Amino acid sequence: MNGLRVFVQGIGLLGPGLVSWESARAILRGEQAYVSVPTVLPPPARLPAAERRRAGAAVKLALAVADEAVAQADVDPATLATVFTSSSGEGANCHALCETLASPTPMVSPTRFTNSVHNAAAGCWHIAVASRASSTSLCAFDGSFGAGLIEAASLVRASGAPLLLVASDSPYPEPLHATRPLPDHFGTALHLAPQRDARTIAELTISLRAAPCEFSTCDDPALDALRRGIPAARALPLLVTLAQARAPGQLVIEALPRLHVQIDLA
Amino acid sequence: MKPLAISASTLATAIGAGREATLAALRSQRTGLAPVRFEQLPLSTWTGEVEGVDAIALPNGLAEFDCRNNRLAWLGLQCDGFVDAVSAARARWGAGRIGVFLGTSTSGLLQTERAYRRRDANGALPADFHYGPTQNTYSLADFVARALRLDGPGWVVSTACSSSAKVFGNAARLIDAGLIDAAVVGGVDSLCLTTLYGFNSLELLSSDICRPWDAARNGLSIGEAAAFALVERDASAPQGWLLGIGESNDGHHMSTPHPEGAGAIAAIQQALAEAGLAAGDIDYINLHGTATPSNDAAEDRAVATVFGTTTPCSSTKGATGHTLGAAGGVEALISMLAIEHGLMPAGLNLRKRDPSLRMSYLTDNRSAPVRRVLSNSFGFGGSNASLVFGGVA
Repeated sequence: MNGLRVFVQGIGLLGPGLVSWESARAILRGEQAYVSVPTVLPPPARLPAAERRRAGAAVKLALAVADEAVAQADVDPATLATVFTSSSGEGANCHALCETLASPTPMVSPTRFTNSVHNAAAGCWHIAVASRASSTSLCAFDGSFGAGLIEAASLVRASGAPLLLVASDSPYPEPLHATRPLPDHFGTALHLAPQRDARTIAELTISLRAAPCEFSTCDDPALDALRRGIPAARALPLLVTLAQARAPGQLVIEALPRLHVQIDLA
Repeated sequence: MKPLAISASTLATAIGAGREATLAALRSQRTGLAPVRFEQLPLSTWTGEVEGVDAIALPNGLAEFDCRNNRLAWLGLQCDGFVDAVSAARARWGAGRIGVFLGTSTSGLLQTERAYRRRDANGALPADFHYGPTQNTYSLADFVARALRLDGPGWVVSTACSSSAKVFGNAARLIDAGLIDAAVVGGVDSLCLTTLYGFNSLELLSSDICRPWDAARNGLSIGEAAAFALVERDASAPQGWLLGIGESNDGHHMSTPHPEGAGAIAAIQQALAEAGLAAGDIDYINLHGTATPSNDAAEDRAVATVFGTTTPCSSTKGATGHTLGAAGGVEALISMLAIEHGLMPAGLNLRKRDPSLRMSYLTDNRSAPVRRVLSNSFGFGGSNASLVFGGVA
């Protein structure tokens, strides 16, 4: 089997009713009931005060989960390459720009324009941690998590160096929300290394799986609704398995219409 | 890295559609830039608009994807027998073994900008607006994969102006890992209000035609383009080879390059190392060269640090405009034309060289054997990518 092997060293999580990986593990293991509560985004402590005030939801979300994964892996983020993957960028920002551009005399804010790029969160993270390591920002609509996982694992293989994968999605305000109804913010981050060490949480072998085929779901109906509702939450079957330390086993992450991502856990 | 065969390619920019038209425009040092006509915008700037985009009809069954960006993609795919080359690759490798990795910055956002002008009394967008197949960043790769009937892994890289350089890396890594055997890579970005008004708000748009490397340069001219390459594990008669790729981040500022080009230097050095080449092995450098004061100054320092000042170089953005998320792909293919035809294209629109810039900037076309080219692409968020291409000999 052609597969890309990576070792999970740290995990970050933030979503409705899931306030951190550390606190959500009991929920994902099924030891505590899942109760959906709107996601609260913490201020990005790493950013300088001026940047912190300017940071929108997408940046806050991505930086929060990135921080948790890096802390758990106990690594220096200044040398860490990154893959950011998201179905969309800063929704409120996009709405504000489209609104002013619909007026006869558009007054575009330079800050809003700068932060409208899909790689705004990646740029902010690399500035905050002073990292010149490589970074990419991807989008594959509802399959964005699967795309990010393939890209991250192929980069770890090619470079032989650890990497931080951040998958996150934030909702648009109306009227765009009606055309792309994401119910809430959801983000997860995985610190992935090329070798096993004392901190290794799980060994993953990533490969492609032609669709249609069965893909993994969550047993808890509310968690599965979350999985179906937000692209980044398609990581939930993996996160549940990692929380349960239930290996070895095989998962199929729902990705693109014609292609899913298989994860073999050891 | 193992060299990656480039077995077919095509591009459409303001200087023409297809490789022949592009080569002819480069040979005659013709610019495609003109004072902005697009949407009759009241902006004092020049743009590189591609002829005929509005008249393009998307293939049957893909009407939901209709937007300027996908029309430009489809226009580009019609040139240079590219669709036939992809069909041959599909027959050779299988549809599921060919990936689609494309770059864009704004995708079909123009469709959303227009829809916002047609909101109803309750503020709702019109029913004919389809978010996923137009505005969403993935729309481009989704459309191209469907139009070319490819089922392999696919996504869009959106790292602003380095996007369609970085996609060559996606393909190279997945082919090397054995997950795929070939890929369609490249990028498409099309004119929209967000980028024109956005760069204007940052005072980065030139009111004049853009003049890379000029002492009086004062900003960029925005262009639009589609660029595609078919890369394969091996090919019997390739157009050329991707020899190396380097990717880095500035970690410095969201919209201003590191003044010493520190991140750019790292990307260039990594690209050379991956290619197993020394700086002296590069015959010509296709610069990012946007004509903003800060880009050209930082890039000049970065390139001079790695190469010294004698390697011939130029920016072709004076011809095409800055095609943003498509720029890396466009300039990769111009680099391939330079190798195939022994043509180092002039940097256009230069009146008086900036005396503080030290590189050997070409103000006229130069005919000489070109064996290897380095192409630079740098973007907002501090994203840098450098590619090294080589000829078939």
